Amino acid sequence: MDRAFTALGDPVRRAILARLSTGPVTVNDLAEPFDMTKQAVSKHIQVLEQADLVTRTRDAQRRPVHLNPSALEELTSWIDHYRLIHERRFRSLDDLLDRIPDE
Amino acid sequence: MSTSRTTNPLTVTAPEGLPFIDFEREFDHPVEKVFRAHQDSDLFRQWIGAGSDDLTLEAHEFRTGGRYRFVQQGEDGEAYAFNGVYHVVRDNEFAIQTFEFEGYPDVVSIESITFERLDGGRTRLRGHAVYPTMEARDGMVGSGMETGMNAGYAKLDDVLDGIEGAL
Repeated sequence: MDRAFTALGDPVRRAILARLSTGPVTVNDLAEPFDMTKQAVSKHIQVLEQADLVTRTRDAQRRPVHLNPSALEELTSWIDHYRLIHERRFRSLDDLLDRIPDE
Repeated sequence: MSTSRTTNPLTVTAPEGLPFIDFEREFDHPVEKVFRAHQDSDLFRQWIGAGSDDLTLEAHEFRTGGRYRFVQQGEDGEAYAFNGVYHVVRDNEFAIQTFEFEGYPDVVSIESITFERLDGGRTRLRGHAVYPTMEARDGMVGSGMETGMNAGYAKLDDVLDGIEGAL
């Protein structure tokens, strides 16, 4: 559980999970939208794997990454909601601070 | 929306056996500005609902002895209301407020927020909330915040999609 929270603490990993929610994807395809090396994305996937949030199948060399929906469901606990709400809020505050002039 | 900048991480901790929740988050802007975004009602309204436009600030007097009341329309059509008082507000430094979700009446948490000045015109915001009991903490955060403050994000998938869109 702690591992899963740590894993979800990173925006790239959350974006990866969001992408996987539409179906299994290969590491190459996952890396594409990010300005990151394939190695860096692989590391993120390893963290998600260790947290049991995703699994990888042996499909020749492709090894697509699959979302583990039951692990995600477990995470919809109160603290996860607290985190998500605050994260959302503070991103919104970031945007506002960028928009308004300094005094 | 943020573009090339990396989003500052949010740390949330809830110790075992103690009815507390702590958070810590840095901002790439000076403390005066972060404080102003809390005190100025027009600015506060723009971020506290995290982008949803169905949040009404019925009262928001961010000063010592002031009060607040927010009402949010849930996806289910219900209105969720929250209220409290600002016990103390020290400009650009510190505030203590009470928090009550009206769907969970008479159970009040006390929240302190510290605005910490960092080098390079940056700010660290630290929050510490104390609940009357463990059940109150888990219940208020679980039911109050989930259904009220965050009715639009009931499903984790939606939340994740939203975050993806924001990247």
